[in-house]
Amino acid sequence: MKFKSLIITLLASSIFLTIIICIWKILATLQGLSFSNLNFNLNLLLSLGLVITCVLIGKKFNHYLKIFILSLSFTILYTFLNENSPMWFSVGIFLLILFFTNKLKKYDLKYLNQDFISEKIVFEFLSLFAIVFFALVILFPFYIMFVTSFKTQTALLINPIDLSIDFSKNIFEIFKSYFVIFKTYDFGRYILTSSYVSVGTVLITLFFSIPAAYAVARLNFFGKTFLSTSILIIYMFPAIVLVIPLYTVFSQLGLRNSVEGLLIVYTATTLPVAIYMLQGYFKSIPKEIEEAGLIDGQNWFGIIIKIIIPLSLPAIASVSLYVFMIAWNEFLFSLMFLDNPKTFTLSRAINHLTGDAETPRQYLMAGSVVVTLPILLIFIYFEKYLVSGLTAGGVKG
Amino acid sequence: MSSTLSKIEKRTAYTLLLPAVCLVFAIILFPIFANVWISFKEVGLKDIRIPEPRAKKIVKNIQDSNSELKIIYKLRNSSLIQDIREVRFSDKLPKNIEPVNLDKRCEFKSQKVKCFFGDWEAGYRENFEIFVKDVNNNAINSKYVKSNKPDLNGKSNNILLTTDFTLKNFKNVFINNNFFELLMTTFYFTFFGTLGAILLGIFAAQLVNQKFYGRTFMRSILLFPYVGPVVALAYTWTLLLDPNSGTINSLLVNYGVIEKPINLLGQKYLIINILGFELKLRLALTTVIFFEIWRYFPLAFLFILARLQAIPRDLYEAADVDGAGPFRKFFYITLPQITSILSILFMIRFIWNFNKFEDIFLLTGGASGTLTLPISVYQQGFAISNIGMGSAVSIVIVLLLITFMIIYFKLIGKKANEI
Repeated sequence: MKFKSLIITLLASSIFLTIIICIWKILATLQGLSFSNLNFNLNLLLSLGLVITCVLIGKKFNHYLKIFILSLSFTILYTFLNENSPMWFSVGIFLLILFFTNKLKKYDLKYLNQDFISEKIVFEFLSLFAIVFFALVILFPFYIMFVTSFKTQTALLINPIDLSIDFSKNIFEIFKSYFVIFKTYDFGRYILTSSYVSVGTVLITLFFSIPAAYAVARLNFFGKTFLSTSILIIYMFPAIVLVIPLYTVFSQLGLRNSVEGLLIVYTATTLPVAIYMLQGYFKSIPKEIEEAGLIDGQNWFGIIIKIIIPLSLPAIASVSLYVFMIAWNEFLFSLMFLDNPKTFTLSRAINHLTGDAETPRQYLMAGSVVVTLPILLIFIYFEKYLVSGLTAGGVKG
Repeated sequence: MSSTLSKIEKRTAYTLLLPAVCLVFAIILFPIFANVWISFKEVGLKDIRIPEPRAKKIVKNIQDSNSELKIIYKLRNSSLIQDIREVRFSDKLPKNIEPVNLDKRCEFKSQKVKCFFGDWEAGYRENFEIFVKDVNNNAINSKYVKSNKPDLNGKSNNILLTTDFTLKNFKNVFINNNFFELLMTTFYFTFFGTLGAILLGIFAAQLVNQKFYGRTFMRSILLFPYVGPVVALAYTWTLLLDPNSGTINSLLVNYGVIEKPINLLGQKYLIINILGFELKLRLALTTVIFFEIWRYFPLAFLFILARLQAIPRDLYEAADVDGAGPFRKFFYITLPQITSILSILFMIRFIWNFNKFEDIFLLTGGASGTLTLPISVYQQGFAISNIGMGSAVSIVIVLLLITFMIIYFKLIGKKANEI
């Protein structure tokens, strides 16, 4: 009998379960339940008991029956020993333990008797914990952003941790923040401007970068190596060092407060990476296809339009999505160049909202949802392309 | 034959490249050089507007006579700092209307009043009046007279194009503005932000590289912080961390972890007592670094994951045969395999974090000890309105950046091309 691995298993698994229950409790607090004590020690003891019973029973019993009975009894014990809580909270606890005991399926005394098993088990629970940790850390702000946008100012002031949505109100009341930002703060116009700028940037960037990338990938000319290294170097220079000269020049030319000025700047800053990404892909297209085109009497223009572009659509999609994302999220230049609310992009508009300290936070969060949601949806839908764009252009950001 | 072909090829190449190169030159390279020029000048935000002569036209009726009018032009130099030379003025009068007793500086020719006002010093103002009357003594419609806008022009120096230079900006940057602290804050932020993002990226990549239910979903959401717009995310975090009724502080107070809310973004130092030693932690800066790590670890994750998936499986199988546990496998197989990508990532992310502007600007605006070099560019240039100073700080950034790039290409430039 290896006591070391047994003890390590017990500790690792019960600490994991306790932490999961604590997280569930904290999330429940945000739904308006008034817990004020995590009861960490008590729950740790409970979990320890659960794990010991589970391991001792081992495979002597039907698995599903075992986990069901164990979870049910643990949940009842938990509810009995802890504060009063509504039904849905206990159901959550039950499901968590069901999941947990299912994870413990293969753990019986025989399994724990193997060599090097303790390290494996610790690693397993660490991984599980890491999944929960990463999911929580990443999704929590998005969740808060979303939920806050449905609250009212008074409700938030009375109890800042109660973020539950009151579904008993009518639909206009629930979505009030969204109506307000579209009506009073004119967000419809900003969405249009942002879309116009982002799509425009994508089109112009493609228009400039496809021919240039083709030249870099295929043609021989004086200064080619110099050009391809300088593309990468130029890409490294940050927007903040360009801002002052561009601001002065654009002021004197009257290009500030114009969407066109923004388009020019966005295009120029995304061009190097677009060229870099496209030329890599163009190089992978077999030269023979183009040569066949040349023999058919196509000129360079025909080759680009009829051969290169259709063959490299995936790369063009990656570049387009990446450039779209950069233009949609861009903040620095829109902050510098736009002071007239008529030309605001979404990012700039949200920044403008915060300029007034009186702006209620639910409006701010509703605005944030409006700017975040489209880009996240695009990301989820086109994940494959955007990820390859991110990997290629990801040195920046 | 082949030489003509290669000539055509060259010509085509240049034609295809020209538009892109011109645009990049105008918007990226030109400003970098322009920074050098501006940084040696004493220019404020208000100087960059070119001074213009302006006139506001007011038409007044004269008592007892409706065939005469008084026109007042409120003339001024739009700039309070710069002179305008050789100001010329012209305004058209409607038909049959003529000026009476015209000012000496002016003449009336083909229904136009033309004046030469000479030089206007900075902030010059004058109420210039002319009386007009109808030739046939008919009543004049004052709206008709007012409808025409006067035309003014003059010569002025564009302060950006003059050749007086000064070293004052650089002197200010290096001596007066606590440059050392600025530099240290920037390096502290950059180093820990980069390191943290890479460490978290290793964990995340190691995690997603295993098989578990919901793995693709996990991979998607891990990229959310990077894909989401910085404005929305920064403000969400600001609200989360807000000392008055921010969610995180309220939760911590509710569960009795802390007694009073902590102003995580607005407090410069947190004093911690460990074994009688007083430790001063840069609180706001640390919070900003954590945001930075949260937002940019997805990139490190993406690169490291790609590298992990390329590690041959049989290495791990051999380790399994030898009975190595997961931690040993990580330290003896995985880590040596990813060191090269880690060093490249570290250099690249270091350079980018060094230039980060938006994140800090949106979270703290550079207050409570989070002033870094890029924020300083903004503060000098736009908050204090000293364009020259802002440019000087930009130059410092560019110089440091060039140093980093030289180091980067010396150390791992060749390796980077292989990946």
